Amino acid sequence: MSSVRVLVGTRKGAFILTSDGNRDQWEVDGPHFGGWELYHLKGSPADPDRIYASQSSGWFGQQIQRSNDGGKSWEQADNKFLYDGVPGTHQWYDGKPHPWEFKRVWHLEPSPTDPDVVFAGVEDAALFRSGDGGKSWQELSGLRGHDTGSRWQPGAGGMCLHTVILDPANVNRIYIAISAAGAFRTDDGGVTWRPINQGLRSEYIPDPNAEVGHCVHHVAMHPARPGVLFMQKHWDVMRSDDAGDSWREVSGNLPTDFGFVIDVNANEPETIYVVPIKSDSEHYPPEGKLRVYRSRSGGNEWEALTSGLPQKDCYVNVLRDAMAVDELDSCGIYFGTTGGQVYASSDNGDNWAPIVQNLPAVLSVEVQTLP
Amino acid sequence: MIQVILPAHLRTLGRVDGAVELKIDGPVTQRTVLDALEAKVPALRGTIRDHGTLQRRPFIRFFACEEDLSHESPDAPLPEAVATGAEPFLVVGAIAGGLDR
Repeated sequence: MSSVRVLVGTRKGAFILTSDGNRDQWEVDGPHFGGWELYHLKGSPADPDRIYASQSSGWFGQQIQRSNDGGKSWEQADNKFLYDGVPGTHQWYDGKPHPWEFKRVWHLEPSPTDPDVVFAGVEDAALFRSGDGGKSWQELSGLRGHDTGSRWQPGAGGMCLHTVILDPANVNRIYIAISAAGAFRTDDGGVTWRPINQGLRSEYIPDPNAEVGHCVHHVAMHPARPGVLFMQKHWDVMRSDDAGDSWREVSGNLPTDFGFVIDVNANEPETIYVVPIKSDSEHYPPEGKLRVYRSRSGGNEWEALTSGLPQKDCYVNVLRDAMAVDELDSCGIYFGTTGGQVYASSDNGDNWAPIVQNLPAVLSVEVQTLP
Repeated sequence: MIQVILPAHLRTLGRVDGAVELKIDGPVTQRTVLDALEAKVPALRGTIRDHGTLQRRPFIRFFACEEDLSHESPDAPLPEAVATGAEPFLVVGAIAGGLDR
């Protein structure tokens, strides 16, 4: 029987939640790396026992941990993220040039085919690659060296490269997203990049239709349709059917189109999920009701999913990397909150239950579907 | 032998128990102590000082002989009591440390 393993990164450690395919009885293992911030953990699709973890601390900086046994034991990988060449500057909050400074790894994206290949999206925004299982890292500096790089500015959470999507059908195509520069794509394995923000409209920048400067919060793709992308922007839920060349808004009847997470059902590529958040200063659900919204039409028409979720006095947030889906027949949907709850649905979102309720603030959730 | 005492998280990370003992030939300074420490416990590289600049990380402090030596030159001699091993060199996580998002 299949099973699932949920990898949860929190403000004070990592937790591993496991269940069989019924997904109704869970074991909670952790904390791993207690006291450290675990921005992200992700398993290799090519070898599910290989898991990479980003461990960081305001005191002690960045660590990368690697497991070869599904998270039972860990070994330290290389933590040296050095920008290629002379780093140069980007814009600071006051509009002045500011040197690029490495702060942390926000997202780790293992290759779908090679467990030793893994990408790291970091703050200040850059993309690194390791081809030796994390023993060394090299920057794909064509991204940061893009003509617009010196004009990128940090969002409120820092200038983070938080989304890395590898096209499973084209090894040379990678999508990334940066707050607050926007989305970018390479078609040559990371040598050259171009902004893919046409159609995004952001009232909080001087030119709402600018080439860069958009605060993209997260992007999701179904692996069977790598040219179709869904985006939760600072405000607005967006969709592209041409690999990001153009975007259109699909916020439709959402109660608010601000939010952080977005994901796609593993079995239904037109079924997508968001968690609306009230506003950019009120980082909690509208009306104190924690609702996942589902669209079965790839956007525009949304339905609230509430069964099993708190519908009063709920003021948690769901951060950008804190939603994931499993690959079982009835798709499981998972998300974690800043209140330390991890909720799961084993029926495409119709019904929810907490797996665990009192973790530290959840920063990320990833799911592995195991044979 | 020079005695270095690490904060709990770095002892866990470096898989060391108690003080780290270091033998240093030549001048005993912050730089030579940290060089020897990182050579003996490579897991600590990047955690106390920056990989590239080798500057002390902002929320790390160095104490010895009841003095805060954090702002001393990395090449200044450490107190004789540290060099002889009579007093430990303490690596401390600053009480004001940490970042939030």
